Amino acid sequence: MKIWKTALCAAALALATGTAALAARTDLVVGVVLEPPHLDPTAGAAAAIDEVLYANVFEGLTRIGPNGEVLPDLAESWTVSDDGKVYTFKLRTGVKFHDGSDFGADDVKFSLDRARAENSENAQKGLFAAIDAVEVVDPATVKVTLKHPQGSFLYNMGWGDAVIVSPKSAATNKEKPIGTGPFKFQNWAKGASITLVKSDAYWGEPAFLDKAEFRIIPDAAAAVPAMLSGDVQAFPFFPPDAVAQIKDDQNLKVVVGSTEGETILAMNNKKPPFDQLKVRQAVSYALDRQAIIDGASGGLGVPIGSHMPPSNKAYVDLTGRYPHDVEKAKELLKEAGLENGFKTTLKLPPPPYARDGGEIIASQLREVGIDAEIIPVEWAQWLDQVFTKKDYDLTIVSHTEPNDIDIYSRPDYYFNYQNPEFNKVIDELNLTSDEAKRTELLQQAQKILADDAPVGFLFELPKVGVWDAKLEGMWQNAPIQANDLTKVKWLD
Amino acid sequence: MTAYLAKRLAIAAATLVLASVVVFAVLEVVPGDPARLMLGMNASAEQVEQLRTQMGLNDPLLLRYLHWAGGILRLDFGRSYTYSVPVIDLVRERVIVSLPLALIALALSTAIALPVGLYAASRHGRMGDTLAMGATQFGVAVPNFWFALLLVYLFAVWLRWVPAGGFPGWSAGVGPALKALALPAVALALPQAAILARVTRSALVEVLSEDFIRTARAKGLPWRAVLWRHALRNALIPVVTIMGLQFAFLLAGTVIIENVFYLPGLGRLVFQAITQRDLIVVESVVMLLVASVIVVNLIVDLSYALVDPRLRHGR
Repeated sequence: MKIWKTALCAAALALATGTAALAARTDLVVGVVLEPPHLDPTAGAAAAIDEVLYANVFEGLTRIGPNGEVLPDLAESWTVSDDGKVYTFKLRTGVKFHDGSDFGADDVKFSLDRARAENSENAQKGLFAAIDAVEVVDPATVKVTLKHPQGSFLYNMGWGDAVIVSPKSAATNKEKPIGTGPFKFQNWAKGASITLVKSDAYWGEPAFLDKAEFRIIPDAAAAVPAMLSGDVQAFPFFPPDAVAQIKDDQNLKVVVGSTEGETILAMNNKKPPFDQLKVRQAVSYALDRQAIIDGASGGLGVPIGSHMPPSNKAYVDLTGRYPHDVEKAKELLKEAGLENGFKTTLKLPPPPYARDGGEIIASQLREVGIDAEIIPVEWAQWLDQVFTKKDYDLTIVSHTEPNDIDIYSRPDYYFNYQNPEFNKVIDELNLTSDEAKRTELLQQAQKILADDAPVGFLFELPKVGVWDAKLEGMWQNAPIQANDLTKVKWLD
Repeated sequence: MTAYLAKRLAIAAATLVLASVVVFAVLEVVPGDPARLMLGMNASAEQVEQLRTQMGLNDPLLLRYLHWAGGILRLDFGRSYTYSVPVIDLVRERVIVSLPLALIALALSTAIALPVGLYAASRHGRMGDTLAMGATQFGVAVPNFWFALLLVYLFAVWLRWVPAGGFPGWSAGVGPALKALALPAVALALPQAAILARVTRSALVEVLSEDFIRTARAKGLPWRAVLWRHALRNALIPVVTIMGLQFAFLLAGTVIIENVFYLPGLGRLVFQAITQRDLIVVESVVMLLVASVIVVNLIVDLSYALVDPRLRHGR
């Protein structure tokens, strides 16, 4: 009797596991390097927040697609007035927040007004600076009036910092985020992982995954065995220098894409001798980009000659403006009255692209007679000394914000670069919404920067993603720092 | 005994006060602005200034110290800048990982070290001693993150017995949680065991050359009894001292192992807080750790008194 029971149990168990194996998996563990400080994308600069919540939990009026395009999201459609100052958004109906409350025009007004308020915690207040007023026309229509036309307005509304939150949960989103997305927040084990589950009340196409866990793995040495053992099935921002250890694994796929991260050798344009164009040009000629890319990004970065990612449609290839030419560099230094070279410093923040790239750049500079002393700094120190106090000569950093060529026009930015001609182009760009005209202006801006060499343009930071070969729908590129899981599914 | 205890307690209190001043002062000197770190590169100077005022960072130094130290006296450890939750909650979440890990590692290390030390000492100068000490030399010399990675590749990637890292939480059940702590505990325990074994051996070797051992043997006691009852007990003081130091180290100094296994422990909390300039977390957690080290030392001091009756009567 007992034997029969056991056999029956075993058979039932075999049957159960058999059917389970037929259906595709619906859970996923995603590895991320940094833990978000909190879970409210509208109240912090950390990219780690968007990497978990953007598109998954929170949605905006518009959203940024996998290749950087602006797509409708909570706004179904919109019209722009002829003077480019009034945007009327038609909102989707039947949308609910994860706490069950209805989404409507009031929430949009609340979110935008909250973000641009005097005491707002929003880290990207600049995105909302052009907004003059937000009006609720009816529950499904919102009218946004701008102070002046802004070409990038629809793009700006697609940032993680511009997502729509509910007035009921805005204050508690840091701990318990409530959005309108296809996933809802389930649990945050601090220091370990954040878990999202599928939202059944989603307005759009439901997610394929039932459960997604973001596991925090800060160490590159730990990321490799985590992927190899199958504990983690996707690592969208994998440390590039660790790729060599996993690329032979048949079960894993390595996908190299582009980012918005222009990696540059910044120079303090007010501090002698970098205030002289000839010296900055000499530095640019001294740089051998390919050697830097090989050493600092595992050979995966793409060289740039100005401040624009090669994946952008307005990109012009200006890498030929200052090719690697040691003789030319020495000549320029001589003309600048520095034939014996000079001593300077190079401050390096912690990311490997800066620390590894710094060693290579220092040796390349030495070849033309510039003796750069390497000073490693922490991020906190870098932000304090270099970014805020502008106490530096040279530094290496990647500027990962999208569409950020205007940083060269900002007064008091840490480059200490000022060129009225360039500022004029940027001012005009801000007022232009015609695509063709914008492209032309962006190209003009790129050329001015390439000629002026306010910084040494190095390479576009690669995005190296590693995931299970049976996984589909992960983003190849990173037009924004996000891990959009809404289309991710397991094959078979 | 009371005088002994009172003296120890007074020293402990003084150490705490001194440590609080040092911890606070050091973090004042370290460059880096927590407000700027939280807001990132795109925020304006006014925004940063506003946040600094909100966070109370613009108050005078002494006021901030008194505010913080006063809070700690009332067991209020403040709120984390970055996580914006009470520090004590963060600590509670981490201690339930770090404390069991430290205890398991210490138990494991002791379980390995004492027999090895005893064996080596009883074979003093012979082949067994040389082999055992060679092995411990290896244990001391091997970098623990490298050893930890070897363990991961062997047991997680190849054999797939345990996960490669992470911690599922005690809510996932004791089994999975212990499984997640197994490799880190071994990686932590072996180097400590090597050190402890060497200390045990040298302490024993010294004791074994004492007259009373000869007397014990001469009166016909079996070798095992001599070793366990007479020699080990007299050799315990340095061993217990080292164990106390090791426990303090295992509780907080395990940031490297916690990184390799991405465990949400105390060491990583402090490390993270330092890089993010979450000053209040660093200050409060370091104070808690100082307190726990002091408590452990106190226990060690008191256990001396248990081991050695002479200390009870305050020489």
